[in-house]
Amino acid sequence: SIKAAQRNSNFSSNEKLTPYPDVILHNNFYEFGLGKQDPSRKAQQFKTDPWAIEIEGEAEKVGKFALENLIKPHKFEERIYRLRCVEAWSMVIPWLGIPLADLLKQFKPTSKAKYVEFTTLYDPQQMPGQKALFSSLDWPYVEGLRIDEAMNPLSFLATGVYGQALPPQNGAPLRLVVPWKYGFKSIKSIVKIRFTETMPRSTWNLTAPKEYGFFANVNPEVDHPRWTQASERRLPSSLFSPNRIETLPFNGYAEEVAHLYAGMDLRKWF
Amino acid sequence: MVLGIKPAKSRLVWCFVFFGLMLPLLMLSYDIYTQQLGADPAKEIVKYLGTWAIISLWLSLWVTPLRRRLSLAWLVRFRRMFGLYAFFYSVLHLLAFATFIVGWRFEILLEEFSERPYIIVGAAAVLLLIPLAVTSTKKMQRRLKKRWLQLHKLVYLISILVMVHVIWMVRASYEDAIIYGGFLAVALFERIYFSYKKSKPLKKV
Repeated sequence: SIKAAQRNSNFSSNEKLTPYPDVILHNNFYEFGLGKQDPSRKAQQFKTDPWAIEIEGEAEKVGKFALENLIKPHKFEERIYRLRCVEAWSMVIPWLGIPLADLLKQFKPTSKAKYVEFTTLYDPQQMPGQKALFSSLDWPYVEGLRIDEAMNPLSFLATGVYGQALPPQNGAPLRLVVPWKYGFKSIKSIVKIRFTETMPRSTWNLTAPKEYGFFANVNPEVDHPRWTQASERRLPSSLFSPNRIETLPFNGYAEEVAHLYAGMDLRKWF
Repeated sequence: MVLGIKPAKSRLVWCFVFFGLMLPLLMLSYDIYTQQLGADPAKEIVKYLGTWAIISLWLSLWVTPLRRRLSLAWLVRFRRMFGLYAFFYSVLHLLAFATFIVGWRFEILLEEFSERPYIIVGAAAVLLLIPLAVTSTKKMQRRLKKRWLQLHKLVYLISILVMVHVIWMVRASYEDAIIYGGFLAVALFERIYFSYKKSKPLKKV
């Protein structure tokens, strides 16, 4: 099905792509270590097959489902999205996958489903970072979206990148891609999706609530308390050109998503 | 001849330590040359140089405790070298940051310095190392006499600034802060303990 994927040009950037080796060798996936190259080194034995996803909470159809059965009915597409990390670097990546809304709708979320919570696999045997002694993060990694954010056509579930299956370091077999939010929202290796009535706490929010809010929308006007978010370095950067560019509101996707936050004080709801 | 080590042998040890601390820079240069630093070489280089600046500075602070506790008097010969390596790597660390990450764009430099508090304390530590490096020669030591000792006590303030710099960067792990903090704490507490012990009998007199 990945091979049959067509590029969705409505949702694709025409910027220069970050080369494949950089996309698969520069990862923040702390379950596999703190260094950028740790995940590519330590995740190669990671087992992604068989893979099941548990659906819980405020939906008509809940239970545990095999991944292939969940994604088989959907049409795969390619989308070229900007990825803006909260650490102020960015990439342009061709993802393969399905719209998140398509997958969520099949479980028939009820009117009580105001939020969606996602959980990463917890398996310290396979994920050495979850055994790390001095980690500031609680495992498993948890992230969340408001239901209207989750149902927005931009929200995407990726199973592949650059026309190939997703490598483990990029979040195989299934990861979220929310291009208008900082990268840490795009949770990897998802094993659980829960529909909730109340706002879920996310991992980074629990670790440092003053630095990472629930929304985490890319916003050049709201700095991280310890660094500016006004600009970013587009990777790969060579040594004598840091490749610094201006950061755009909602990572350049304001037209598609700004209306979701109409009337909200984005300094408060950062 | 220092503590029973013959000149020829002690020169060998000196060369060993000198190249030992130069090696990280050579290895980094090799990684840069062979392009093994990944998509964001700038950050890797800056972090690597910073790490070796801290290791060198901490080594200089460990000389006195080790000399006192393990009677390793000959270590004193290397204290200046450790201090100068700390200066060397921290200047490279700062230059790498300004060149590879900021690209010497003044407005970004200004923004980074004013908005990232850990950069301010880090830069302050490097600035404070300058007078120590300049007065590190034997000649200056002789000329400044007592004031030399007072001036070089700045290293304690510098080490605290470096620690703040490290702690302020903590994100997903406390590992760096705990390891660097542990080694610094031992080096500082040994001094406090020593001066406490020394001062005690005097009070009785």
